[in-house]
Amino acid sequence: MSVSHKSVGFQARKSTAGVAGGKPDAEHPVGEPLARVDGPLKVRGKARFAAEFALENLTYAALSYSTIAKGRIASINADEAKAAPGVLLVLTHENVSRLSPPPLFPEGAAGSTLPVMQDASIHWNGEPVALVIAESQEQADRAARLIRVTYEPEIAAIEFETVRAKAKAPKNILGEPTCIAIGDAEAALAQAPVRIDNIYRTPRHNHCAIELHALTAAWEGDALTVHDSTQMVHLTQKTLAKVFGVAEQKVRVLAPFVGGAFGNKSIWNHQILAIAAARMVGRPVRLVLSREGVFRETGGRTLTEQRVALGANADGTLAALIHTGIAGMTAHNDCPEQFTFPARHLYAAQTFLLSQKVAELNIVANTFMRAPGEAVGTFALECAMDELAEALNLDPIELRRLLEPDKDPVSGLPFSQRSLIEAYRRGAERFGWQNRSPVPGARSEGEWLIGQGVATATYPYHRFPGGVAKIRLSADGQATVQMGVHEMGMGTATVQAQYAAELLALPVECVTFEYGDSSLPSGVVAGGSCQSASIIAAVNAACEALFDELLKLVGHKSPLTGLIRTDVEAYRGGIRHRRDTDRFQSYVAILNQAGKDVLECEAPASEPSEAKRYSMHSYGAQFCEVRVNTVTGETRVSRWLASFDTGRILNARTAASQFRGGIIMGIGLALTEETFFDERTGRIMNPSLAEYHVPVHLDVPQIEVMWNGSPDPQSPYGVRGIGEIGITGAGAAIANAIYNATGRRIRELPITLDRLL
Amino acid sequence: MMPFNYARARDPADAVRLAAGRTEARFLGGGTNLVDLMRESVEVPKTLIDVTELSQEITARDDGSLLIGAGVKNTTIAADRRVRERFPLLARAILSGASGQIRNMATVGGNIMQRTRCYYFYDESARCNKRTPGAGCDAIDGFNRIHAILGASPACVATHPSDMCVALAALDASVHTVSATGHRTLKLADLHRLPGDTPHIETELAPGELITAVGIPPCSFATRSVYRKVRDRASYAFALVSVAAALDLTDNGTVRDVRIALGGVAHKPWRAEKAEAALRGGQATEASFQLAADAELKEARGLRHNAFKIELARRTLVACLAELSRRDEK
Ligand SMILES: Cc1cc2nc3c(=O)[nH]c(=O)nc-3n(C[C@H](O)[C@H](O)[C@H](O)COP(=O)(O)OP(=O)(O)OC[C@H]3O[C@@H](n4cnc5c(N)ncnc54)[C@H](O)[C@@H]3O)c2cc1C
Repeated sequence: MSVSHKSVGFQARKSTAGVAGGKPDAEHPVGEPLARVDGPLKVRGKARFAAEFALENLTYAALSYSTIAKGRIASINADEAKAAPGVLLVLTHENVSRLSPPPLFPEGAAGSTLPVMQDASIHWNGEPVALVIAESQEQADRAARLIRVTYEPEIAAIEFETVRAKAKAPKNILGEPTCIAIGDAEAALAQAPVRIDNIYRTPRHNHCAIELHALTAAWEGDALTVHDSTQMVHLTQKTLAKVFGVAEQKVRVLAPFVGGAFGNKSIWNHQILAIAAARMVGRPVRLVLSREGVFRETGGRTLTEQRVALGANADGTLAALIHTGIAGMTAHNDCPEQFTFPARHLYAAQTFLLSQKVAELNIVANTFMRAPGEAVGTFALECAMDELAEALNLDPIELRRLLEPDKDPVSGLPFSQRSLIEAYRRGAERFGWQNRSPVPGARSEGEWLIGQGVATATYPYHRFPGGVAKIRLSADGQATVQMGVHEMGMGTATVQAQYAAELLALPVECVTFEYGDSSLPSGVVAGGSCQSASIIAAVNAACEALFDELLKLVGHKSPLTGLIRTDVEAYRGGIRHRRDTDRFQSYVAILNQAGKDVLECEAPASEPSEAKRYSMHSYGAQFCEVRVNTVTGETRVSRWLASFDTGRILNARTAASQFRGGIIMGIGLALTEETFFDERTGRIMNPSLAEYHVPVHLDVPQIEVMWNGSPDPQSPYGVRGIGEIGITGAGAAIANAIYNATGRRIRELPITLDRLL
Repeated sequence: MMPFNYARARDPADAVRLAAGRTEARFLGGGTNLVDLMRESVEVPKTLIDVTELSQEITARDDGSLLIGAGVKNTTIAADRRVRERFPLLARAILSGASGQIRNMATVGGNIMQRTRCYYFYDESARCNKRTPGAGCDAIDGFNRIHAILGASPACVATHPSDMCVALAALDASVHTVSATGHRTLKLADLHRLPGDTPHIETELAPGELITAVGIPPCSFATRSVYRKVRDRASYAFALVSVAAALDLTDNGTVRDVRIALGGVAHKPWRAEKAEAALRGGQATEASFQLAADAELKEARGLRHNAFKIELARRTLVACLAELSRRDEK
């Protein structure tokens, strides 16, 4: 069997169709609302996703999941399954090979360090207990249902009430301190003339990416090729190499197309089991999780219980800002849901107490889900701010103006760039905020009460270390940029082609961006809203190396002879002297003169030290209008406007789509989404899109987004990252609008109609 | 999914013949519910008898009645001019259900016979008296937000999820069937059973009994009707509570006749006879609507998560009647 794989690369085609005011700018492709370069392939069904590789001799896998939360497998009877038509293998803890535990993120790609199916023990309800390999998907699915498992259950920690008292502080929270205490916040709160002190609760959420988790895996000797739906090809490569005890170079992971990934397209049990099974049957394996499988076997957002207490002085300034609470977690993962992070950077206060704990549960390892921490943390904090504004008889935007810090309130670092108040001003003007009545229940239409709310959105700037980019320039004037990064629908392939075109001063049509393949130079995870900045830093380095090489190639008779990189700039398909701009030579001419067909340069990104020197965050102001039905309690979001301050925008179209997607997820967080977790059994009871309610079209109003686009002076090319900020503040904006409509403060999500009856 | 035999019935008699003596045979409509349940191993039929090509007609009689073949697609009914003119609440009920794609597949027979959406019914690992008689019910003390407030039993608190059936119940529809023992007609409101001790027996139909058509008798005032569905998102969610109602008022505002059925509240589409009786002959006022709702919901019982449905049903019913009475005044 031979498998050949070609990395996917895209050339950008210019198209501004459908975007108002978007005029093509040949010299400056960045910022243009370029249509997605992978769009045509996708609409023609030509984009092949992880489960769409029809390898020769392919076999199909299905999983069977535990039905208890903790204990041991007493017996597995797989006789019937093994005898079923087409079945090649039933993999259980009894016959699986020894597999090393997968390394946890960020060392590896795993959501949990638990060994995978290495003994009879069960750690959560839904843990895979068997995997069937068969000649067809139907045969595998059927046989998986024929496996009979009996258990010796043990008492499991699944009820939040029972573990709350045992909650403890994790060692750190994503490398940050668990507790920040500045001054005596409790004492300051007790003495403050105006106090807000409430508990907010947020439920579990599950990931519902359109593309189910899936892989196609093939061994050739000890070489492994995996098409995986992942947002981390290199970490997946590293993890699989470790688990299967093979060299990293022997593992190739490809993910050119990913049908949505919001933090949990990483390594879970299913890839490891399918790959182990492929080795045992000596044939390639395809595994697509069922929607139920995604809920049972891959983690989502954990539940939180948060206290926000604000003590205000008579002038509205904060004497105390307290944000504490507990999140559910497991003993084998490290996702403490950093909900206190927003309060560390948003507002000035005289004293702070920001600390959070985790309570260990026997659940599927919770993991990252779009703006982990910030999404639910801003719900609590921004609702509390709204409550404080009311208590102070201040407009909520005026309150934010009063609390605007001049440096990071906790670290004391200067802000790299921050225009939150300006974002509020612009948003308020556009939304017509001044027409809102601060008095709840003032507006109605028939059965519907109408209210408006506002909240701050914020998400930190990060940049992952370790990225390497390669640029290949060819004598026909084309450039190819390569990096093992990811396109999950955000627009990476498009905006990076635009960026490279801008950097090299080439028409965007002449640039191809290749990604989604671990055989490319080391990429970074598509997470933390930082892929763009991380790629740009690496591409900048590669471009510098390329210019060094080009200047070495020019020889003695070039207009560029004797110049070094700092003397020159890219200009119209070539290089020119910065001041003496007539001194120009095109790339094509340089390569031709040197007799070279191609020139390749690879370089690592600079160390991401900027975030150590500056407080770097993105901001936004979320404005919304809701209608609450006085008869039924139903809430409908009728208007949305978001005004962002998120650094430079690379592509107006893909950026708007990212913002909107985040806001839509925020509408789900506020109103509809909740994983029903049966606290008697640890079983998830609504593992389907019919019963786990993500917003549908009719739940989503027209969403208007705007941004100031101010480049961040400290980040690569001034970009900060926009993938997650849209969901932050959205829950609070809706809850605050519901208050404005009804006079009811709902501090528990989702705000279903029964909470408003 | 387990392997099964598939047969396509040529006519109703053929369908009955194919089903005769096969307790593990199921009629297949659009499959939007049955096939899902087969994927979950909740239904494990040995034989599927495809009846989608039978009785695809909607016949209108001059007396104002309609006869709808069991194989008619949900979309077709909702789009039918005669349905929309005579029984607008039926079209509204259907359009409020599921999604366009599902309604394009779903048949009348399948919609009537669709099974509950109780989470514990769907989950093989949970106890469920419907799936395994006598096993117990995990919903009673579990997540029961979507469960019944009327007519439930200690054995089962599941609801019937159909929207269409709620409108049909209000319209006094009847169900025509055929089986090995011949043809018969039942009132739709009597077709589904309350759970009692035997929640696994969901309808009065005998095994192998085929629904051939649904008849809707004339109802002059059904033109003034509503179907209001309250749910957890704006579309594509089952009813927490729904109300189908039609109101006939005299010129002086007395209730000449009224039809009310509730959805999402019981093991069957719930014809609100007590509320109707309380209203008939009285004045149509907010107060009388309240009393009627109270009469109907007096025996309603809430569980841990669904008690809100009692108040929700009361409010929705009162609002529907108030809307109809206002509409009538115009
Ligand atoms: C995601 C989702 C959301 C939904 N939302 C809603 C909603 O909001 N409101 C709503 O009302 N419904 C909703 N539905 C349910 C939908 O209405 C039903 O699935 C559909 O009406 C069933 O019709 P069918 O023809 O596909 O039935 P099938 O799935 O083919 O059959 C269902 C049952 O009826 C039996 N049957 C079929 N035809 C006959 C017959 N002629 N005689 C006797 N028995 C028969 C079958 O044996 C089977 O037991 C939803 C479904 C899904 C999947």
